[in-house]
Amino acid sequence: MLFDLLGVTPQALFSQLLLGLINGSFYAMLSLGLAIIFGLLNIINFTHGAQYMLGAFGSWMLLHYTGLNYWYALFLVPIAVGFTGVILERLLISRLYHLDHLYGLLLTFGLALIIQGLLRNEYGISGKPYAIPEQLRGGQNLGFMFLPNYRAWVIAVSIVVCFGTWYMIERTRLGAYLRAATENPTLVNAFGINVPLMITATYGFGVALAALAGVLAAPIYSVHPNMGADLIIVVFAVVVIGGMGSILGAILTGFGLGLVEGLTRVFYPEASAVVIFVIMAIVLLVKPAGLFGRTV
Amino acid sequence: MTETLPAAAETAPTGGAPLLQVRDLEAWYGESHVLHKLSFDVGQGEVVTLLGRNGAGKSTTLKAIMGIIGKRRGSVVYAGRETIAMPSRQIARLGIGYVPEERGIFATLNVEENLMLPPRVQPGGLTVEQVFELFPNLRERLGSSAGSKLSGGEQQMLSIGRILRTGAKTLLLDEPTEGLAPVIVQQIGATIERLKRDGFTIVLVEQNFRFASRVADRHFIVEQGRVVDMIPNAEMDASIDKIHAYLGV
Repeated sequence: MLFDLLGVTPQALFSQLLLGLINGSFYAMLSLGLAIIFGLLNIINFTHGAQYMLGAFGSWMLLHYTGLNYWYALFLVPIAVGFTGVILERLLISRLYHLDHLYGLLLTFGLALIIQGLLRNEYGISGKPYAIPEQLRGGQNLGFMFLPNYRAWVIAVSIVVCFGTWYMIERTRLGAYLRAATENPTLVNAFGINVPLMITATYGFGVALAALAGVLAAPIYSVHPNMGADLIIVVFAVVVIGGMGSILGAILTGFGLGLVEGLTRVFYPEASAVVIFVIMAIVLLVKPAGLFGRTV
Repeated sequence: MTETLPAAAETAPTGGAPLLQVRDLEAWYGESHVLHKLSFDVGQGEVVTLLGRNGAGKSTTLKAIMGIIGKRRGSVVYAGRETIAMPSRQIARLGIGYVPEERGIFATLNVEENLMLPPRVQPGGLTVEQVFELFPNLRERLGSSAGSKLSGGEQQMLSIGRILRTGAKTLLLDEPTEGLAPVIVQQIGATIERLKRDGFTIVLVEQNFRFASRVADRHFIVEQGRVVDMIPNAEMDASIDKIHAYLGV
């Protein structure tokens, strides 16, 4: 038997692959948002992890304070958090476009610390429980493994959202505006297109994606103020491996690295926490622009 | 190709005043002061060129009119409206189309997306079919992928063609013949003559004054960020020594 040769049980292999795919779903959605924002705004959005956390926390607050359940959160929270992104971009980030990348990084990093600090102050660091919605409890026995419904749902939503976003950017007229403005915003503006408005909307959309990932994560991971800070470091590594600003690269690398991480957990668990960073180092040495990055 | 393009004939009359009036225009790239109170006028339906040596400020003048330069001052009145404080997208919406020197073809967009990118700013723009009549080469390239894979001449045609789609009736063309083969230069020249016949107003930046004299009504000589002379095209031959002196050829 193959599995005897490998020294693992099929159950262990498939459940780690599933876990990898779940993590990959979050990596993909988060790095996709980062890639879109970096492409058009030239800002490395270090607030992304905090905005993901706001998505999860927003779901918890919505349930806790108003009684509105998961299905409301799925729509209301990304819109609300995305709107805070719009305000943030108009009020602060838009003042930095003429400066070096580093200033945007410092600003967004500072904002992340403030948001996390405020929530920690108010709610402490212990995780808040958030139940899996009734309709998605239970699971399917696939014979070789048990597939929890909620995890299948997360993977499906992530795939639909990621490839929907990819389609919008690569195949529609709106996406053509976005790609053109990423390449040469001055000329696109000189054609009569409102580029500043596009930039604001893009930041809002990227932030809403992070928040959506947060809502999806709430029932799986514990909801606490630092949940984004832990995850975002890995996501930045994913973005670097995929290539800054590449949409498809961000999606494929996100899912792919989730799976690689899962496999590592099966065959060499000690390395699972660092494997992504090892890959990042190798990619940076061999192909500094990233696997899907364009060298300019 | 004898039919008239449905373009410039119906532009609002400006009451005898020039359509485009540039007065004491100053512009800066960062700290460096490039235009020093440059002035010139362009009448409705006129084709004028800006001639001058490299670095005289010709391209900068077009960018300053379009509002895509760091800092500008003075006055640019188009169709009776002062545009000096407007953002460039609003200037474009008045009906001014800009064709940059580097052509501005987007590498991440395919040929069709490049062609369809600029939004219509006024009624009466060319249809895609009419753009293909002007530039048959583009039709064959429509299916091909990236805009950056086109030849220099095709990129120039795409850059002009996409602006003609928008209904803009005033065109700012920055060195449309630069680096192109003679046969393509011929084609671009014929296109500009055709646009002129159809009533377009054109400001052309050119190094090649033989090409310029073929299409233009008047020539403005730009030196160190100022217009220092104006030569009507009829006097071009008589002024040839003067022009040589200005251009240093």
